[in-house]
Amino acid sequence: MKPDDPNITWIEEPKLGLAGMLYLPLFVQGLTTTFKHMAKSLGGGVVTVSYPDEEPKIGNPLIYRGVHRLNKDEQGRVKCVACFLCATACPAHCIDIIAAESPWPDREKYPQSFVIDELRCIYCGMCEEACPVDAVELTSLYNLTGRSREEMMFDKEKLLSVYDATKDKEPMKSPALGGTAT
Amino acid sequence: MTQLLLETGIKIAIILGGMMTAAAYFVLLERRMAAWVQDRIGPNRVGIPGTKVRLFGLGQPLADGIKFILKENYTPAHVNHALYAIAPVVILTAALTTFVVIPMGSLIPHFKVGVPQVGVVDSGHNVEMIAAPGIDVGLILIFALSSIAVYGVILGGWSSNNKYSFLGGLRSSAQLIAYELPLSLGILGVVLAAGSLDIDTITKAQAVQGWYGILQPLGFIVFLIAAFAEASRLPFDLPEAEQELIGGYHTEYAGMKLLLFLVAEFLHMIAASFLIVQLFLGGWHLPFITGDLDNEKITWFTAALRIGVLQAKIFGVIVFFMLVRWSWPRFRFDQLMSLAWKIMLPLGILNLVAVAVVQEFTKPETLNGKVIAIAVGWIVLVAGWLCMALSNPLVTDNRPRRDLSLAEVDAQI
Repeated sequence: MKPDDPNITWIEEPKLGLAGMLYLPLFVQGLTTTFKHMAKSLGGGVVTVSYPDEEPKIGNPLIYRGVHRLNKDEQGRVKCVACFLCATACPAHCIDIIAAESPWPDREKYPQSFVIDELRCIYCGMCEEACPVDAVELTSLYNLTGRSREEMMFDKEKLLSVYDATKDKEPMKSPALGGTAT
Repeated sequence: MTQLLLETGIKIAIILGGMMTAAAYFVLLERRMAAWVQDRIGPNRVGIPGTKVRLFGLGQPLADGIKFILKENYTPAHVNHALYAIAPVVILTAALTTFVVIPMGSLIPHFKVGVPQVGVVDSGHNVEMIAAPGIDVGLILIFALSSIAVYGVILGGWSSNNKYSFLGGLRSSAQLIAYELPLSLGILGVVLAAGSLDIDTITKAQAVQGWYGILQPLGFIVFLIAAFAEASRLPFDLPEAEQELIGGYHTEYAGMKLLLFLVAEFLHMIAASFLIVQLFLGGWHLPFITGDLDNEKITWFTAALRIGVLQAKIFGVIVFFMLVRWSWPRFRFDQLMSLAWKIMLPLGILNLVAVAVVQEFTKPETLNGKVIAIAVGWIVLVAGWLCMALSNPLVTDNRPRRDLSLAEVDAQI
């Protein structure tokens, strides 16, 4: 495209004021900002934390997207009805469910096996959105580590144990289904 | 003779060790200050190895050094091997040799080193805290050496056989050569007022006449800005603008060779701070505190005090260097060049003329002369600055000109 092309809309730069022309006032202004931030940091006002020594504060654990959990109902059974909506919604294809006939009278199916590959997961939260019974949820656990790839394949037991570990701090989300939070 | 050799050897060892350590710790200081300015904590974890003692991260330079030494000394296949190896050596040698003529303090009183000789009464003599005392062209030597440092940059950029390195080296050489001029003009005013090229003499002249930073503020500002450019510090760090040039002239370097480049850069900054302090901020001199100018009357106490004052001033200047880094964005190359040639050069000449006129018609030692000199200096600063700012505003628009038709643009090219 050439500079005299009629399709170009030319925008004029704002004119420099006297302070800008003199350089020095703006320089002093910039230096003051730098100074203020340094004084603040030296006074302890830093925004970062020394992570392993000090746990970071998560703003709202209810909307943080960390490790998954599989919720249980009041009788301690897995809530999941093996409808495959989460596995379908998952853009990373990291959920693997094997459905079986339910041993309980109130539903038809339940997951015989429910595996999430935490290494493949992109923590988008689509499974949580898709679930009709609020069975799969993302917790605020962020420090997810493992020594092997196999260890990072979270199966049903492990996902249920994550629920046991976090149920007190993070209640289930939908009030219509026994959850407390919105 | 033995005494002289020993003395010089000790001085060189102290300067070499001290400067390398200082450069290493200034890297840490720079990282901490960067962190503070950005509301972070910064590197504070490396302390004594093997223990949990952290010492505010004071072990970090050591860890960095070990890392650099243990790294593979990798040489890419496409480089010009001889020049590739020489470049970091040239730049480091030039940076370190500069300190030969820079005094690290004032004098140490009667002091005797060496084997006592039987039958010879030798009470020793005052030891000057400079590696090569009595060189009366110190400033010229510094300029010569800083010009040699440009060769290191060009060699590094060219021998790497890489477009980014080459462009970085090219930019750097253009920048350093352009800013030598305002740098020398800033110094010329000082040399004219002090009547000497020896840094120690200039410091003493400031003790008598007043600090040149106050007497010649325009020269001070010109020199300060040029020193920033010479040390390739932000806002003048174009040679290694990461966003445009990856690493600049040292893109192809790794391990110890890279370390030499980085250390040389910090040594340049330290040398620049030394010059700023000793030429414009009075060196070791602080009114009423740092004692008599007569060399024979110096005591250990004043000697130590002078060293302390000098180092404190230099530390302050370096902190200023580091603060400026986070206050100002980088210049564009055409802005850099127009600043050097259209603004700094005329201002430097103006300062030189003003100093020459003041020197001709007043006596700088008298109170009257001082007042006149200060008044003239500040009036010239304000007038020159206003004149430059209003007639030559910073150009920020680099788009093609619309008032020219394409045929005219082609004709210009």
